[in-house]
Amino acid sequence: MTGPAGGPAASGHPAGPALPPTLAANPRLSAWVDLSAAGAVTVSTGKVEYGQGIWTALAQVAAEELEVGLDRVTVAPVRTDRSPDEGITSGSRSVEESGAALRQACAQARMALLAAAARRLGADPASLRVADGRIVGPGGPTGLTYWTLVAADPAVLDRDAGPPVPASDPRRWSVAGRSAPRRDLPAKVTGRPAFLHDLALPGMRHGRVVRPPAVNARLAGLPDAAALARAGLPPGTAVVRDGSFLGVVAEAERDAVRAAGVVRRAASWLAGPEPGLGALPPLPDCDDLAAFLRSAPAEESTVARRADQAAASRAVRTVAAEFTRPYLAHASMAPSCAIARWDGEQVTVWSHSQGPFALRGAIAAALGIAPGQVTVCHAEGAGAYGHNGADDAAFDAVLLARAAGGRPVRVLWSREDELGWAPLGPAMLARIEAGLSPEGRIVTWRQDVWSNGFIGRPGSGGHPRLLAAAHVAGGEPAPPAPDGPPTGAMGSTRNAVPGYDIPDLLVRRHRLLAMPLRTSSLRSLGAFLNVFAIESVIDELAAAAGADPVAFRLAHLSDPRAARVLREAARLAGWDARPRADGTGWGVGYARYKGLAGYCAAVAEVEAHSSVRVRRLWVAADVGKVISPDGVANQLEGGAIQSASWALKERVRFSRSAVTSVTWDDYPILRFSEVPRVQVAIMESEEPEAGAGEVAQGPVAAAIGNALADAVGVRVRDLPLTREQVARAIERG
Amino acid sequence: MDEQDLRLTVNGAGYAVRCDPATPLLDVLRHDLGLAGPRFGCGQGLCGACFVLIDGRARSSCDLPAGAAQGHAVTTVEGLAGRDGAPHPVQRAFLDEQAAQCGYCTSGMIISAVALLAADPSPGEEQVRAALEQNLCRCGAHQRIIAAVLAAARRMACGDPPGRDGRARQDRQAAP
Repeated sequence: MTGPAGGPAASGHPAGPALPPTLAANPRLSAWVDLSAAGAVTVSTGKVEYGQGIWTALAQVAAEELEVGLDRVTVAPVRTDRSPDEGITSGSRSVEESGAALRQACAQARMALLAAAARRLGADPASLRVADGRIVGPGGPTGLTYWTLVAADPAVLDRDAGPPVPASDPRRWSVAGRSAPRRDLPAKVTGRPAFLHDLALPGMRHGRVVRPPAVNARLAGLPDAAALARAGLPPGTAVVRDGSFLGVVAEAERDAVRAAGVVRRAASWLAGPEPGLGALPPLPDCDDLAAFLRSAPAEESTVARRADQAAASRAVRTVAAEFTRPYLAHASMAPSCAIARWDGEQVTVWSHSQGPFALRGAIAAALGIAPGQVTVCHAEGAGAYGHNGADDAAFDAVLLARAAGGRPVRVLWSREDELGWAPLGPAMLARIEAGLSPEGRIVTWRQDVWSNGFIGRPGSGGHPRLLAAAHVAGGEPAPPAPDGPPTGAMGSTRNAVPGYDIPDLLVRRHRLLAMPLRTSSLRSLGAFLNVFAIESVIDELAAAAGADPVAFRLAHLSDPRAARVLREAARLAGWDARPRADGTGWGVGYARYKGLAGYCAAVAEVEAHSSVRVRRLWVAADVGKVISPDGVANQLEGGAIQSASWALKERVRFSRSAVTSVTWDDYPILRFSEVPRVQVAIMESEEPEAGAGEVAQGPVAAAIGNALADAVGVRVRDLPLTREQVARAIERG
Repeated sequence: MDEQDLRLTVNGAGYAVRCDPATPLLDVLRHDLGLAGPRFGCGQGLCGACFVLIDGRARSSCDLPAGAAQGHAVTTVEGLAGRDGAPHPVQRAFLDEQAAQCGYCTSGMIISAVALLAADPSPGEEQVRAALEQNLCRCGAHQRIIAAVLAAARRMACGDPPGRDGRARQDRQAAP
């Protein structure tokens, strides 16, 4: 969530508008645009592709600005020794940040190349234009192209970005603003190597890590090599042990799998950490997370305060309620994977991390070496929805490769380790108390949020936060995850401040200071529960006021962009003419993501007979200017379906010592028979790009919760919204 | 460890592979035959990422011993292209509909779809959903995948016209 992005504009240009922050921090134009291969444009950014289609959108931005055909543009994979550092690919900021930086870098590159052409031609630069990379003058083609200009002066783009220049007018876009086919899909559809998991380096060996049986267990003993061989350890297998970090390295992947099994059965473990070393607290009761969240030590801070005693005193009806979400798993389709190779004192790591630069720093810190000794090369993994196991797997590979004599070692996690050991989205509790005036206006709002921190990525809070760093000799668990400043935009406070017109308001965060299960970023952070909770209370207030849920919201939303998405979602769904049938219900949810980014409203139709089923979803979003409408639609649809999966089914289960929901049977996600139909609408907008990847998570969960309450007549406040939870809510009345 | 010479028929070609017959077929496909299409997702036959066709029926290859595949025709997503190398209509429909996000589940989805359309050339949406029930997708591309399978069925019914490579989705415009 936090990255080195930001900082001052390029020095020497104090006046005028600032450069996009990540361009200012990486001002060399040649770091962004490479025209050295004839006819081709290679752009480098610091943002990584993980199935969200960002490379396609960024290629569109570059093609538009450079005025070349999209097919000429390739986006280079991120490498920490070459790519501009744009922090972490997270927070739905890639189009906003990297798109802006790349647009400006390309606009300046184009201008520099036109100036070079003008000098060669003795022409006025203003008389020249570009057509698919060819320089065209008043009399037609000049015979010059970007590539001939670069061949004549290879250093033409070795210059720092100057003051901002005007970029292309969105009204004249011909490549950006239109849906472009995703460039990574042909390989994936035909089964060609497309993922880090498919990368085979020369001489590569295969590693597996044998994790402890419990979060605090320590390795007590391991039989000697002869005994392991007798137990079936494949010949040529190296066993790597460092404290309680235990792994194997073998020639073939199948041997590594077999060896890990032999070692797992042979190793003996003790409960509790090494004497004198820190430990994680015991895991809480999986079935009473609210008790844990309320009672754990916590640091309290104020998120927002607007005091209006006069308004608050007019409250005649109050709604007070508590809402919870369980721990959630990333549950990516591919287990985490990494390759590492030591060349003397240098280590190169191939990782599907969302933050290659942060990972480089964390690996260096964990090993006590200089960041310059570590190079992280990004390669695509399966879909990522936050801080998953990718970084941990990278460090595993680094540790195992130390014993491989300069040969690369590939590590692939098991499904069990992926679900059991990757960082989790934290459990949360939100308590809300809201008051309604006699006229049916919301006059006062109190919201308290309890959660572990969401900012547990590598390096966060000055700690490497790599799983194996806690297991190696002398290693200790990372301290509880930070949560970012309590602004209402970050961490557990994300969307904790309702976006409605409420005169008297107090929102507080209680960040837990004990972290029994490792928590970190998961798509939309606190917004998922906060919006679910806020929108549930809004529906209850609307009912108390005798108002229609959509009309009640509109009456409290003075922002026209908010009203527009809400009206559009209601229109799409046919809200005013929604059919009423026994056991089915309709609900609406709205939020502006982070309180300052994209707007999204959703309507859900839910069926609650023997089980809870979402039949249809309608999602309307305003995410500002759009580079690729179909890319945005894909993100909205996917976000809606994933949110429905979290809301209906998902819950990490654990004993008092370890996560137990470690297979797809124990951690079910939404399947085809359960997936709702989703219809999306993208609002046309001239506003700045705002990111679409996370806007739907909160509003969709809220719409589902409200629809369920409409269907069954009681409100389920604890996620997930299973049949059992409905039964419990009915019992409680 | 008990290595044997296995004879496998994969994508129409015969292979001799020396390995323990208990080795998962997926491991043999990926490592011995160099096929990246079947993906490792869980190793327990629970997610569908490694699906292949065995005599035309879709099933997981991560929990199928390679020895058990002897005497059967194994087809991976790489083997679906026509004799001229053109992608299978289902593959083209996935491109047309942009039916993926990360694409890690895509090979398995395509395999299940091909098996379905061989058995039922004109399925409805419910049949498509049922046929894909064992294939998990975490990104939420389900709706596009369903649309792609239905589009492929229509395409195959009318003699498989050439694909539009994603252009079905290019006409999308923002709402006013």
